[in-house]
Amino acid sequence: MGVKTDYVWHKDTSVSGYDLVVLPGGFSYGDYLRCGAIARFSPIMQAVKEHAAAGKLLLGICNGFQILCEAGLLPGALIRNRSLHFVCQHQHVRVENVMNPFLHLARTGAALRIPVAHGEGSYVADTAALRALERENRVILRYVDSGGATTDTANPNGSQNSIAGIVNEARNVFGLMPHPERACDPRLGSTDGRIIFESILVSLGASHADDDAAAPTTVRSLT
Amino acid sequence: MSAEPAITSELVAKHGLTPEEYERIKSILGREPNFTELGIFSVMWSEHCSYKNSRKELRKFPTTGERVLVKAGEENAGVIDIGDGWAVAFKMESHNHPSAVEPFQGAATGVGGIIRDIFTMGARPVFSLNSLRFGPITSPYSQNSGEAAKQKLSTLNSQLSTSQIATNKRLFAGVVSGIAHYGNCIGIPTIGGEIYFDESYDGNPLVNVFCLGILKHEQIARGAAKGVGNPVFYVGAETGRDGLAGAAFASRDLTEESKEDRPAVQVGDPFREKLLLEACLELLATDAVAGIQDMGAAGLTCSTCETASRGGTGVEIDLAKVPQRETGMTPYEIMLSESQERMLIIVKKGHEKTVCDIFAKWDLPYAEVGSVKDDGMMRVLNHGQIVAEIPARKLADEAPLYDREAKARATPPQLDLAKVPVSDCHAALLALLAHPSIASKNWVYRQYDHTVRAGTVVLPGSDAAVFLVREANKLLAATSDCNALYCALDPRQGARIAIAEAARNLACAGATPLAVTDNLNFGNPHKPENFWQLRECVEGLAEGCRAFDVPVTGGNVSLYNESPAGTIDPTPTVGMVGLVEDQRHVTASYFQAQGDAIVLVGGFGDELGASHYLKVVHGLKVGPVPALDLAKERKIHEAVLGLIKSHLVKSAHDLSEGGLGVALAECTLAHPNPPVLPLGAVIDLGDTGLRLDQLLFNETQGRIILSLKPTDVAAVLMLLELRGVPARRIGTVGGDMLKITADGETFAWPLADLRIAWYDSIATAMSA
Repeated sequence: MGVKTDYVWHKDTSVSGYDLVVLPGGFSYGDYLRCGAIARFSPIMQAVKEHAAAGKLLLGICNGFQILCEAGLLPGALIRNRSLHFVCQHQHVRVENVMNPFLHLARTGAALRIPVAHGEGSYVADTAALRALERENRVILRYVDSGGATTDTANPNGSQNSIAGIVNEARNVFGLMPHPERACDPRLGSTDGRIIFESILVSLGASHADDDAAAPTTVRSLT
Repeated sequence: MSAEPAITSELVAKHGLTPEEYERIKSILGREPNFTELGIFSVMWSEHCSYKNSRKELRKFPTTGERVLVKAGEENAGVIDIGDGWAVAFKMESHNHPSAVEPFQGAATGVGGIIRDIFTMGARPVFSLNSLRFGPITSPYSQNSGEAAKQKLSTLNSQLSTSQIATNKRLFAGVVSGIAHYGNCIGIPTIGGEIYFDESYDGNPLVNVFCLGILKHEQIARGAAKGVGNPVFYVGAETGRDGLAGAAFASRDLTEESKEDRPAVQVGDPFREKLLLEACLELLATDAVAGIQDMGAAGLTCSTCETASRGGTGVEIDLAKVPQRETGMTPYEIMLSESQERMLIIVKKGHEKTVCDIFAKWDLPYAEVGSVKDDGMMRVLNHGQIVAEIPARKLADEAPLYDREAKARATPPQLDLAKVPVSDCHAALLALLAHPSIASKNWVYRQYDHTVRAGTVVLPGSDAAVFLVREANKLLAATSDCNALYCALDPRQGARIAIAEAARNLACAGATPLAVTDNLNFGNPHKPENFWQLRECVEGLAEGCRAFDVPVTGGNVSLYNESPAGTIDPTPTVGMVGLVEDQRHVTASYFQAQGDAIVLVGGFGDELGASHYLKVVHGLKVGPVPALDLAKERKIHEAVLGLIKSHLVKSAHDLSEGGLGVALAECTLAHPNPPVLPLGAVIDLGDTGLRLDQLLFNETQGRIILSLKPTDVAAVLMLLELRGVPARRIGTVGGDMLKITADGETFAWPLADLRIAWYDSIATAMSA
C-alpha cells in the first residue's frame, strides 16, 4: 500500500517514531501456556503500552488480539472455540460502528468477507465489561452470515454477542480475530480487508499531514 | 555408566538385523561391534533409512530433466527450477507407524520432519499437503443403498465391529489435529491433500505429509561434511530419550504389542521448529555454512554418517558436548534418539561466531560437538573415549540391498455386470456423495490454517490447490493422488492412473506438471506378493512419469504396513507439483455462473470395474481397473490446458471416484463463495444405450467436465475436435437442482439434499 513498514524484534524496547503498531497473528511462544500469556511479558510490550497510552494507533490481529487482551489493553479474553477445533474459513463480519480510525471509510452495516484462522477465538467478558462495550458502541465487528444477520451458526467460535473485533475506550486500540491482511489481494478472492488498512492510513494522513518521517510499522510477534 | 549388554544373537535379532547382516557388519569393522555400534547399524540399515528392500526398484524411476537442479537421493529433497532464478524443493514422507500408536504426536512430528527436510535444502517452506488413509469411520450400510445392496452390505457390516469404527475415528481425529497443531503453529498453510477410508487400513492408518519450499538457485544448501578441520555444530532442541530407534520401529509390522513401542514416537514442538527454521535460513544467508543436515530418522547417527559419506570425509563428535534434556543418557541412547527440531551444521572454520550469535538470538541451544576429519570414519567419542568407530560410507551407503522374491497375486475377482442389479441411481448418488472417501473434506481442512502466508489462490476442495509464492511471484499448483482400490486390484495400472490423475488435476487447475514426489506404502516385503505389488507399482509410476515427462525428485518408502487385521492395499501416493504461467489461467473445479454451458470431454465411458459405485453401493471390490492410454491421456490434458490458456474455460473438474454423477454434483456444490443465483445444472445425456448406473458412475479415465460461456461452445468443441479429443455439450449451469436426463429417464436432486449428503457427512460421522 506504499507505506514503509519495519519488523520490530520482540526483545527491543522502543517503538518510538512509529504511527501504527501492529501485533500480527501467529503463535507467540507457541501459545503453550495460553494464547498471548507469555508474549505480553516480551520486552517490547512496555513500549507498546506507552504507544497506546499516548493515543497512537495499535492494531492486534488474531494472536495480536489475544496479546492485547492478556496485556489489559483491551477488556475480556479469547478462549477455546466452542467446537474445540481450530477453524479456518472465509467469514462474513458486519461493520457495527465506523466512528473510529480503523473503519471510518466503511459503511455501518456492511458485511466484509475476511478469513478467520484460530483455535482460541471465542470472545468472553464479564457482564459489566460486555455491557460497557455494547453501550459505548465499541464492538465494531460482529460475525454474521452472508446475508448480514447474526446467527448462532454464523458464529464460528461461540463468541459472546458474536463479537469479532472491539476497540478500547479511547478508540485507538483495535483487536480482531479475523485476518484482514489475508483479504487484500484480488488474487486471493477477497479485498474486503483493505478498508481497515485504508481507513488507518487516512486517519494517519490526517493527523500527520506534515510529518514525512513518521511511518507505520509492524511489531513482529514470534509466530 | 552402566555396563553395556553383551552382543548375543538374540540382541542382534532384536535389533532387526539378520545373521548375514551381522556378519557383514563384522567384516566392515574387522571385529565385533559394541552395543552402541550395533544400535547405529540397526537404524541405518533399517528399511526406513537404507531402502534395502526397495532401492533396486527405485532406480527404475526417471530422475532427470532439464528442470532438475538436485536429483532424487542426492540430498534431503529434490530441487526443481521454476524459472527466473527461482526453484522449489519438495518431498513427501510417511509417519504411518508412529501415527498408528500415537496419532496426534505421530502426525505432528511427521509434519515437523518434512518441513525440516525442506529448509535443510535452504528453501523457505511455503505450503504443505497431506495424504491420509484410515479404516472406515461409518458403517458401510447406508440408508441410501438400494434394497438389493443392503443384504450384501449387512454381511460386510457384521464384520466391521463398532469398536473398530470408534478406533478409526479416534485415529482420524488425532491425526488431523496433530497435523493442524504443528502446521498451524509453525505458520505454514496446509492447502490440500486427499483422504480415503477403507477396511484395509484398519489398525494401520497412512499419514503421508508433503511440504514445498521456495529458494533461489544459488541458495541450495548441501548436506555434505566438506572441508577437513571444519567444526561440526549441533543446533536446536536438546536430545532426550524420545523416539529411540523410531526408524527401526517403522521398519517392522505393527502388532498387538506395538503400543508398547510408544517411546519410539517422538514429541513435537512446533514453536521450537519455527525458531530453528528462521535461525537456519538466517544462517544459510551468510557465508558460514559448509554443509547442513537435519536430524530426522536415526537422528545424530544418520546426520553424521550421511554428511561424512556425501562429503567423502570423516566426522568425529563427542557426545558429552551434545545438549541433553535428560541426565544419564548412554551413548547408545544419544545416538539413536529421534528427538525433534535438531540440525547438524558443518561450519566453515572461522565462522563459528556467526553461528553462535544467530542461535543465541533465536534462543536456541547450540554446541560445537566435533569436526570434519579426512579418514572417512564416523568416530563417536564420549568424554574423549571412543564409543563407536565405523567407516561412514559403508554405514550410510552400503547397507545390503535385497532382491526380494516377487509373486503375482491371483487375478482378483472380475466384474460380471449381468449379475449386478441396477440400483436406484437417485439413492446411489446420495450414497456415493456421503461416503467419507468422496464427501467434502471441510471437516478436515477447516482445522488446518490454509490461508496463512496470504498466498492460497485456490482453496482446498478443488482438484488441485493453487498457491501464490509472493517472493518469487510464481503460481504453483499441487495435488496428491492415489486410488488404492485400483492398486489393490491391479497395482501397475493403479499406479499409472495415480500419475495420470495427478496430471489431470493439475491440467484442470491450469498448470503444467513439473515433477513428482512419491510415498510408497506397502506391506512386509518379505512376503512375495507384497514385493510384487511394490515392483508393479514402481514400474507403473515410472511409466506414467515418462509419459508426462515428469521426473521423480524423491520420496519415501514405508513398508511393513501390516496389522493383525492384514496388509494394507498397496498405496503408492503421488504428490505432483505444477506451474501456472499466468494468474488468468488459474481455474477452479466448480461451476461459476448461471447460464454457462457444460461440456464433457472424453466421452461417456462404460467401465464400472473397480469403481467406488460397486464398492459403496454393492459392496464389491472387483476388477477390471479402467483402461489407461497414457498418450491419449496426455493429449486430453494438453487440449484442456490449451483451452484454459485461451481463456475459454470457466471451470474444469476431472472425473474420478464416482464418475460423471459425482463429478457433476461436486461442480454444483463446491464453490466456496457461491453467487446469489444457484449453480445447479440441467443435463441431457441423450440416448447412450448404457445402463444408467454404468453411465453415471463408471470411472473410465481421461474425462473432464468444463463450464464455459455459451458463446464459446462452438469454438471449444471445434478446437477439441481438431486435437482429436471427443467432447460434447451436455447441459447448462443454473437452478437449484441437479437434473439429469438420459435414455428417457430423468433424475432430479435438490442441491440442498446433495449438500447435506456431501458437505456434512464427515462432520456427522465424527459427532455420532
